[in-house]
Amino acid sequence: MAVAARKASAKSKADAKSSSAPVAPKPAEFSKEQELSAYRGMLLIRRFEEKAGQLYGMGFIGGFCHLYIGQEAVVTGLKMAMIDGDQMITAYRDHGHMLAMELSPRGVMAELTGRRGGLSKGKGGSMHMFSKEKHFYGGHGIVGAQVSLGTGLAFANRYRGNNNVSVTYFGDGAANQGQVYESFNMASLWKLPVIYVIENNRYAMGTSVARSSAETDFSHRGLSFRIPGIQVNGMDVRAVKSAGEMATEWCRAGNGPIILEMQTYRYRGHSMSDPAKYRSKEEVQKMRAEQDPIEQVKARLIDKKWASEDELKAIDKEVRDIVADAAEFAQTDPEPDVSELWTDIVL
Amino acid sequence: MPIEILMPALSPTMEEGNVSKWLKHEGDKVVAGDVIAEIETDKATMEVEAVDEGTLGKILIPAGTEGVKVNTAIAVLLGDGESADDIGKGAAPAKAEAPAEAPKAPAEAPKAPEEKPAPVAAAPKIEIAADPDIPAGTEMVSTTVREALRDAMAEEMRRDPDVFIMGEEVAEYQGAYKITQGLLQEFGERRVVDTPITEHGFAGVGVGAAMAGLKPIVEFMTFNFAMQAMDQIINSAAKTLYMSGGQMGAPIVFRGPNGAAARVAAQHSQDYAAWYSHIPGLKVVMPYTAADAKGLLKAAIRDPNPVIFLENEILYGQSFDVPKLDDFVLPIGKARIHKEGRDVTIISWGIGMTYAVKAEAELRGLGIDVEIIDLRTIRPMDLDAVIASVKKTNRLVVVEEGFPQSSVGDFIANQVSQRAFDHLDAPVITIAGKDVPMPYAANLEKLALPNVGEVVAAVKAVTYRS
Repeated sequence: MAVAARKASAKSKADAKSSSAPVAPKPAEFSKEQELSAYRGMLLIRRFEEKAGQLYGMGFIGGFCHLYIGQEAVVTGLKMAMIDGDQMITAYRDHGHMLAMELSPRGVMAELTGRRGGLSKGKGGSMHMFSKEKHFYGGHGIVGAQVSLGTGLAFANRYRGNNNVSVTYFGDGAANQGQVYESFNMASLWKLPVIYVIENNRYAMGTSVARSSAETDFSHRGLSFRIPGIQVNGMDVRAVKSAGEMATEWCRAGNGPIILEMQTYRYRGHSMSDPAKYRSKEEVQKMRAEQDPIEQVKARLIDKKWASEDELKAIDKEVRDIVADAAEFAQTDPEPDVSELWTDIVL
Repeated sequence: MPIEILMPALSPTMEEGNVSKWLKHEGDKVVAGDVIAEIETDKATMEVEAVDEGTLGKILIPAGTEGVKVNTAIAVLLGDGESADDIGKGAAPAKAEAPAEAPKAPAEAPKAPEEKPAPVAAAPKIEIAADPDIPAGTEMVSTTVREALRDAMAEEMRRDPDVFIMGEEVAEYQGAYKITQGLLQEFGERRVVDTPITEHGFAGVGVGAAMAGLKPIVEFMTFNFAMQAMDQIINSAAKTLYMSGGQMGAPIVFRGPNGAAARVAAQHSQDYAAWYSHIPGLKVVMPYTAADAKGLLKAAIRDPNPVIFLENEILYGQSFDVPKLDDFVLPIGKARIHKEGRDVTIISWGIGMTYAVKAEAELRGLGIDVEIIDLRTIRPMDLDAVIASVKKTNRLVVVEEGFPQSSVGDFIANQVSQRAFDHLDAPVITIAGKDVPMPYAANLEKLALPNVGEVVAAVKAVTYRS
C-alpha cells in the first residue's frame, strides 16, 4: 500500500502561522519494550478475533460479528499515543478497540456470547459495549452516529477545561454520512479536541472506496471545515503511534480537530456472513504476505535480535491462553438472569 | 379616503401586542418604508413600516398602550387633499378578516369576548384543584409559561455547573421563541451555546457530552426539526443505558415547541407525543400550566435519563399561577387532577388541556360534573391516576392534538379497557387531530385540529345525554 504522507491542506498550511500545520511525522523507531508491547497487543487482538470467528461458526455467538483482523496496528499504535482520561469511541467493529483499551477479554468474549459476565451483562452484544472506567464510549451500531457522539466527548473536555482528547474512529463508509460533516463543522468552529480517525480499509461493507466516494483521499475530507488531515500507513504500528502523538499534541495545544486517515485492510469479510465476492483472493493474500502489521513487528524483533523465535512463541502461547480462558468463560458463564430483561431501562 | 394603519401580526401566533413608541408624529409626512412606530410582543420588539404614502393624520393608540389586538386601527394616514376632518367618514374598514391569524383555540374563549385579556389568562375561570405537591398556603405569582421555562433553566444552571444549553439561536438571538432570554448574559457563551443549523449533529454532540457526564439541555427550535435528529435521540440517547448494562446513560433534556402553532402548515405542525412515548429509555413530559412547566423542567434537568420535554408555542404566552418557592421541583410521572368531578373524566395534557378546560365550562352549564386529569407526563404514564378516576366516574374521554392512529389516547383506552373494563359505563372516546397532514388554509386548519364542540359532544355521548 502506498503511503502518501504529506501535508493535509493548502488552506491549513496558509492559516497556520501560530501553530504550523501538522505534517505526517516519520515513523519513530520503537524501543525493544515498545516493539514487544505492540507485538503482544496486536497478537491478542488477532487471536481473540480468530477465536470469535470460531465461536460464531459453532453458534455460540449470534447476530452480527465484525472482525478486526488485519487492522490491529491502528488501535494498538493510537493507544500508545493516548494518556489517561483520553476517550475512545468507535462503531461496531469494536472488539480490537476494547482490548486495546484494556477491557477484560473475558468480559468482551462473554458479551459476544450473550452471557451475564459480559461487559454489558449480555444485553449489548458484539456491537454495543462500553466502559466508563476505561473511557471507552462504545461500540455503536449505527454507521456515523459515533462521530457526533465523539465530538460531544470532546465538547465535554473543552467545557471542563481538561487536557483530554477524544479519539473518534469511523470507517471509509461512515465518512460519507451527513452527520460526520455536521460534526466537523462544530468541532472546527469550537476548536474541540477530537482526533477523527478514519480507518480506511478500502471497503464499506462490499462497496469499494472508488465506487462509493467522490473524494477518495479521506485526509482531505475536512478541508471545507479547515480541519487538517494526514494519511498514515495503518499497517505500520510505528507510523500510527507517531501520527497519534502528533495529533494528540495538536489537539492538546488547542488547535481543534485533526483527521488521521489510517490506510489499512481487513482480511475477513465485513461480517461473518460476508463471502467477500467483491475482491479477489489474491488481493487479500498479497496484503497478508507483504503488509501484515504483526509480521512486520515480528521481523524487526528477530532482525534486531530483540527476541528469539522461542521467546515470541512464548508470547503467542501466553496470548492463546488468555484467549482460551476468555472463550471457556464465555461458553460456560450462564445467560443473564431473566430479571435483567427489565433492568437498566431508566435510572 | 384616509387609510387606517392596523396593528400588525408579527408572528404566526401573535394575537396582541404593545404600542411602545411612535417614531412619526401627527402631521408628519411619511413615505412607504418609513419606520413609524415600534411594536412590542412578548417575544420581541419590531418596527412598523408605512406601506403607503401620506400624512400621519391621527394616532389612535398612544405610545405605551398594552394589549392592543392584532388588526386594531392604530393610526390614520391621510392622502393628498385630505384633512383630519375626513377621519371617520369613510375610512377603510378596520375590521379586517384577520388574514394573518387563525382563530386558534386560545383566542376562541367562549365567553366574555369583551373582557380585556391582560397577558391572557389561559382559559375560562375554573378553580384549579390544588396540586398536592405544592404546600398549602404557598404564595403564587402569575407567570407566563415562557418565563417559567426560562426560570427553571436559570435556576438549574445556577445550581449545577454541569448544566448547559445548546441549540439554534439560544444565545445571542435570545431564543427563537425567547425561552432563553437573558441566559447568555448571566451564564456566558461557554454554557449558552449557539449551534449551526445541524440538528442531527448537535443532538449527537449533546448526547456525547451527556455520556461524558455533563447535563445538556438541547433546544430544538421546534420538534419538527428533531426528526433530523431522531437517530441520536432514539438509538444513542434512549438505548445506551440498557446496551451498556447500566454502566453509561445520557442525562440530557431535549426541549422545544411541539405540535401545531398557527398557519405554518404540514411540515411545521405535528405533535410528537405518541412517537416519543413509544420508546423505552425515554421520559416524555408535556406540561400545560406554567407551574408544571417550571417544576417539571427542573426535574427533567436533574433526571439522569434522556427526557423529551414537549412545549407548545401557543401556550408560551399564557399566564398561570406559579408557586413562589426557592426550589420548586415536581415529580415526573405523576398526573395532576386539574378539576375534581363526579360524572365523567376528561384526560388530556399540554395544549390538549385548553379544549378540556373550555369544554368543562360549557358542560358545567349543562349540569355535567367533569373531572379533568392533566397527565403532564406521557412516559412513564401515571395510569394509576387514570384508572382511579375512571373507577370514580365510569366514563372517559381523552383529548390530544396528535394524529389518531396509534395515538396516546389509543394506549390509554386500551389500558383502561384491560384494567377497568367492568367500571366503564360507556366506550372510551378518544379525540385527536384529524388523520390528515396539517393544511395551511385557516378554515381547513381549524377543521384538522380538535375543537371544544367535539369534546362536549363526546362527553354527552359517554354520559348518554344527547
